[in-house]
Amino acid sequence: MKINLRNFLTSALTGAAVVVASSFANAADTIKIGEINHFKRLAAFAVPYKKGMELAIEQVNAAGGLLGKPLEVIYRDDQGKPGEAVKIAEELVTRDGAVMLTGSIFSHVGLAISSYAAEKKVLYLASEPLADGLTWAKGNKYTYRLRSSTYMQASMLAEVAAKSDAKTFATIAPNYAYGKDAVAAFKKALLKLKPDAKFVAEQWPALFKIDAGAEAQAIERAKPDAIYNVTFGGDLAKFVREGTTRGLFDGREVFGLLTGEPEYLEPLKDEAPVGWNVTGYPWYDFTDGPSKAFVDDYQAKHGESPKLGSLVGYMTIQSVAAAIKKAGSTDTEALVSAFKGLELASPVGNIKYREQDNQSTMGAYVGKIGLKDGSGVVVDWSYKNGGDYTLSDEEVKSLRPASN
Amino acid sequence: MELFLAQFITGLANAATLFLVASGLSLIFGVTRIVNFAHGSLYMLGAYFGYTFMQILPGGFGFWTSIFLAGLAVGVVGIIVEMLVLRPVYRAPELFQLVATFGVILVIQDLALFVFGADDVLGPRAPGLKGVVRILGEPVPLYDLALIAITPFFLFSLWYLMAKTRVGILVRAATQDREMVGALGVNQAWLFTGVFFLGSFLAGLGGAIQLPKGGADLLMDFNILAAIFVVVVIGGMGSLPGAYIAAVIISVLNVFGVTYLPQSTLVLMFVVMGVVLMVKPYGLFGREETAGEHGQVGEPERPIKPAGKTVRLLVAGLLVVLAFVPVFGTSFSQTLIADILIFCLFAASLHFMLGLGGLVSFGHAVFFGGGAYVAALFVTYSDTPMEVAFLLAPVGAAMGAVIIGWLCLRLTGVYFAMLTLAFAQLVWSLVYQWGEVTGGDDGLVNIWPSDWLNSTTPYYYFTLVFAIGGILFLRHVAHSPFGYALRASRDSARQAEATGINTKRVQLFAITLVGAMAGLSGALFVFSKGSIFPTELEVGRSFDALIVIFLGGVKTLSGAVVGAASLEYVKDIITRFEYWRLTLGLLIIFVVILAPEGIVGTLRKTLERIGWMRAEGETK
Repeated sequence: MKINLRNFLTSALTGAAVVVASSFANAADTIKIGEINHFKRLAAFAVPYKKGMELAIEQVNAAGGLLGKPLEVIYRDDQGKPGEAVKIAEELVTRDGAVMLTGSIFSHVGLAISSYAAEKKVLYLASEPLADGLTWAKGNKYTYRLRSSTYMQASMLAEVAAKSDAKTFATIAPNYAYGKDAVAAFKKALLKLKPDAKFVAEQWPALFKIDAGAEAQAIERAKPDAIYNVTFGGDLAKFVREGTTRGLFDGREVFGLLTGEPEYLEPLKDEAPVGWNVTGYPWYDFTDGPSKAFVDDYQAKHGESPKLGSLVGYMTIQSVAAAIKKAGSTDTEALVSAFKGLELASPVGNIKYREQDNQSTMGAYVGKIGLKDGSGVVVDWSYKNGGDYTLSDEEVKSLRPASN
Repeated sequence: MELFLAQFITGLANAATLFLVASGLSLIFGVTRIVNFAHGSLYMLGAYFGYTFMQILPGGFGFWTSIFLAGLAVGVVGIIVEMLVLRPVYRAPELFQLVATFGVILVIQDLALFVFGADDVLGPRAPGLKGVVRILGEPVPLYDLALIAITPFFLFSLWYLMAKTRVGILVRAATQDREMVGALGVNQAWLFTGVFFLGSFLAGLGGAIQLPKGGADLLMDFNILAAIFVVVVIGGMGSLPGAYIAAVIISVLNVFGVTYLPQSTLVLMFVVMGVVLMVKPYGLFGREETAGEHGQVGEPERPIKPAGKTVRLLVAGLLVVLAFVPVFGTSFSQTLIADILIFCLFAASLHFMLGLGGLVSFGHAVFFGGGAYVAALFVTYSDTPMEVAFLLAPVGAAMGAVIIGWLCLRLTGVYFAMLTLAFAQLVWSLVYQWGEVTGGDDGLVNIWPSDWLNSTTPYYYFTLVFAIGGILFLRHVAHSPFGYALRASRDSARQAEATGINTKRVQLFAITLVGAMAGLSGALFVFSKGSIFPTELEVGRSFDALIVIFLGGVKTLSGAVVGAASLEYVKDIITRFEYWRLTLGLLIIFVVILAPEGIVGTLRKTLERIGWMRAEGETK
């Protein structure tokens, strides 16, 4: 009881101090960005993401800020609830004076903010949410997306799969919108390149509730030549563990979306599934150029290696800074037109926010999983430009609502 | 055939963790009557502790020792929770402890993030049990066989402890009649603490023992919660063999579901639970819960009466202030107050059912989200004007309420609550997985109000009228003959029937009304946010309403509204901080301990004590 009381008082006082401190900070003339993300429950992604943002902000401000003012980001936790995110968005814009919104990892939260942005005419840069709908079927003038879409990443893997000897495929993906999109995109892209490919089994474990032993048995029953895997996080770890134990991956090609990302590969340590074809982020292999510079700066500032989330967070701020510079103002309409066709240099090279669908051309690293010093790494990788793996302009046009 | 057997073995192995965790929950509930929502958190801690110990202790001996130590460590956490948080509130109204355990969840979430870090960890393989054996040619992991062998050992040990030892006899006696055990000179407080230790120990053990098949991450607590509640309910609350059989049934069915109905895995568990409760209302090995068996704790409820002059003036004054918010407040304060009002109506609707009707629902979100989806689906698919869709929402929710109410009213007490949860989860999984129509978890977007309403201030007034109107309407009904009949049905179904009240029909009508009001709040919500997602149908949404009712004071008429307004407002402030969950959790626990009758109940008592309000029983 006493301990509780003391803890409570401490946190209450700290809280009060934060409020006071931040209201002083607000008094200074800064350009504010409202960042909404799931910092608590998906911390494995969101914490490195935030650290990436912090590094970029430091660099922008060290170089004199934007339009003569320092850049400031207000971080808010969306609690995983889209409704809450919309409320926070409103507050960031009307009360805190944020000039634009960024963030979100969940697709549904991203879609809710995007709908809000279009209705209230606020600019939203969706940094991470992958849903294809965000820039296509549900796209709008005020929403841009940084990270390569589900379709882009799935097509990159489909290209690799088309070159393999595999004829029959089994898929395993979490049973929610992202998983379904990822399987549909892979099928579409693969059948385009390899019309005789057959899909012999589809497994749909509930997100983060996988019954990995049973899934492995069910896939084994279909005896496919290859497996397409979309599971990630704890589900991936369990699937790899049970599948390896039962010999599911022996003699089979496996194509793993997201599997090579340090967020999901590092926890597997020496059990990383060697030989899988994956998309990932091989930060350890960079020797020069902007990709290496980012890794060095990040390690110097945070004392740990970057994750893919770190890169996305960093590039989010880079994009915002480039847009504000190009617009020469923080007015929403000026920023919206600045983002159209915006080009900038980033750790992965030059990227562009496409005019067709407000999607950036940020790509992904595609390679195979190998082992180095007892931990999983992506080897034989190459960087694929996202812009080369999207639908044709006509298809994009037919998908996007005409009014935008 | 080979595959069939292999699948059966996999199911049995999966049942091990589920049984250990669920048996702990069942034990705690059986003896202390506490619905411990923090049980999933204890399981998560077990996994993290186990992983940490295994890093230090090597080898086969170290592995099993680590699992045992993890159980002990979590048991100690359980003791701390019981002594600091729950002991002060045993005398509070039934189910009030549920709110306290919710505070514990929040605290543990943030502490786990702080102590163990953000990264997911993969558990080590069990030394000596890394390989597979071939059974009829199918590979079966050795560790699975070890799990299958261990579980009956635990079941037997627990059974022996309960059936053959003195402690077990006392525990069982306490399950039957707490007061009598106390009267016989047994220190009940320590008995409860001991049971909490054992229950937490089992949860920790379950968390640690699954490490070779998984690992530890920060989502584990909520991910197992639904499953263990389902197991406890199917098995019969408080029954250990029941928990074992239910764990096996759920696990084995799930394995076959994965193969033959790969898309159904979410809903399967709840279908099983629904079916079992329809056939055997008290679970496979449960006993019928007779009303009032465990005694109504706390002081008896006061009869409600219409608000006095002072209160009416206060409310009128508050309404005037609310009406002028757009004049002097900011645009965001209108949004915030509108959100709070919507939540207040939602909470008030649950309170009508729970407080006045004695019908505890764990799935109230089904009406809120259901109403919201009715409106959103009409707007999306038939271009229904917003005004019409808005009115169709409560109608749709009420229609759903008739069906759900009719099916659930066969049960009472905690079993009724669990059946409502099962139906809510059914609807949730339907909406979540029927992507072609509902958009799945990508939801339905661009559901904005008509032009005349589509800016902050008009929508604020719109919300004000409907939310306050709904709350006042519910209040009015509470004082009508129907309200009296509902309370009579709650307090004594037999006497109510004798005076000619058809209690079941009264209760069904109450649920329908409540469904309509919750649907109305859902409609207000969907047009204020412009989108709707399955999260609004989730268990968390239902718990939100439960928590504020208890925080506000379940035995008062205004408790729900006051609780909802306070918590939403406090949340809005607290969520800005880095460790907001810790702060919010501690705040909830703090309120629970200081004000066991809820905010309104405690306030009323305090005012009476210092003489500002007339105490109960005084006449003019």
